[in-house]
Amino acid sequence: MGIYEISLGTIVCINIIFAMSLNMITGFCGQISLGHAAFYGVGAYCAGMLAKAGFPMYAALFAGMIFAGMTGLVVGLSSLRVREDFLAITTMGVNFLFLGIVRQQDFLGGELGVSSIPSHGMGKIGFLVFVMILACLVIAWSHMIKRSWMGFAFDAVADDEDIAQVLGIDVGRYKLVAFAIGTALAGLAGGLYAYFARFIVPDDFGFITSITVLSMVAVGGIGSIAGVVIGTLLLTLMPEMFRFISDYKLLIYGLLLFGVMRFAPEGLAGLIKSFVGFICKKRAAL
Amino acid sequence: MNEILLEVRNIIVRFGGITALNNVYFDVIKGEFLSIIGPNGAGKTTMLRAIIGVVKLLSPSRIFLADRDITDITVHERVRMGLAMTHQIVRPFKSMTVLENVVIAAGHKRTGNPFSAMFSFDRKSEIEKAMNLLDTVGLSDVAEQPVTGQPLGVLKRLEVARTLAVNPGLLLLDEPLAGLNHVEAKKMADTIVKINQNGLTIVMIEHNLAEVLRVSQRLIVLDNGFKIASGNPDAVLCDSKVRAAYMGKEKINAAA
Repeated sequence: MGIYEISLGTIVCINIIFAMSLNMITGFCGQISLGHAAFYGVGAYCAGMLAKAGFPMYAALFAGMIFAGMTGLVVGLSSLRVREDFLAITTMGVNFLFLGIVRQQDFLGGELGVSSIPSHGMGKIGFLVFVMILACLVIAWSHMIKRSWMGFAFDAVADDEDIAQVLGIDVGRYKLVAFAIGTALAGLAGGLYAYFARFIVPDDFGFITSITVLSMVAVGGIGSIAGVVIGTLLLTLMPEMFRFISDYKLLIYGLLLFGVMRFAPEGLAGLIKSFVGFICKKRAAL
Repeated sequence: MNEILLEVRNIIVRFGGITALNNVYFDVIKGEFLSIIGPNGAGKTTMLRAIIGVVKLLSPSRIFLADRDITDITVHERVRMGLAMTHQIVRPFKSMTVLENVVIAAGHKRTGNPFSAMFSFDRKSEIEKAMNLLDTVGLSDVAEQPVTGQPLGVLKRLEVARTLAVNPGLLLLDEPLAGLNHVEAKKMADTIVKINQNGLTIVMIEHNLAEVLRVSQRLIVLDNGFKIASGNPDAVLCDSKVRAAYMGKEKINAAA
């Protein structure tokens, strides 16, 4: 395995954690977030700065996670007051707010970002394995939440908040929990990215990153764990494999996002499901 | 013997410049079947929504459930204290099957705390309870089907079953018979009476007067946000104010 493949694998795993974190909020709990890159950025900056200050990697990653989760909790409070389109705009605003603040802070490197972040000291393959294990843990955790009563309550909140409330579900608390878990995981992905790239600039965490991760979740299938993993793989690898996709990346992501919303709201997971259903029906008919 | 379960005092609700409820007060006695009637726009649904807590009350409105002041308590907490409400326009969870709709409500104890809910997986006893409730309302045949595409009669019954799943002590029903045909309505009304006889206190809004008179023990009449009459159904319907509200003053005069 060459260095290129290793770093590609690493970035795929980081993106899977990042996409799973958005899936927790948007897929499971039904709360739209158009500013998820902000939390990715909070994690990355926090871990990067702590790493430069000499903290060990685990501590830096953990701190990035906690800090991002706490920021997410505050943003989550807005989800108690605004819904749907308005929440989308609010979270989008959070993303720009994050960029605006980071760009102006000298101690965060301003426009130039944070460079020469110390190495994780695991070697490239070691880091790939580490990130892979974390991605698997995040997938397993998502799966566990989906199957638990918490996931069931998330379904109800995503489906109809008002009714969920009348059935005794503390809707506000569930939304906050989804935001806290989702943004903390985004922080973890950000921290890993900081250690991976060892050089971060504000633009890494802009609105485009938010839309990219949303595309991964939406194309794969909002709420479907396997779908999100496949969507992330596709959208991360495609631009690498085909040069022309890389040139028109944003255009293609935009088209994909539009196409999915319009023609297959449940994404690839939904398409596969209805295709399998179709085949089974054909078989039964024969 | 007449233990008061719910006490509604001086309820005032305004939407913009319109006073939807004006100083409405009444008691609900434990175990009774009370119906609220009144012309369209009288404030009946608003009254139920005020009791469950989704409508903002103006002072000096006060609501007591079993002598406890619940005026400032959130909706989900009221539900956990034993209030439950069905909606006139049914809104099942569309992503779920009929059974799951009831199971999620039956699991209200498990979903109380998100963190313990994360580590709780077993749904067996809730599924069993949900199946029993679906059986009570006559829906056990369609339990495994998705809710989308079910006829209104099924959804209305599902709404009742789902609400019963939170173990209420007081059930608020908003037009449970609306949209059902004559036979379905009668069946549904009988189901509700059976539920009441099993010890559940019921407050029902309903326009189907024939069924209301058949099943209720007591009536409250609202008109334009005012309570204009209450008491025994036959006596209430003879009240001239009630007749006027329902038929218009001119007609009464014309008849006289």
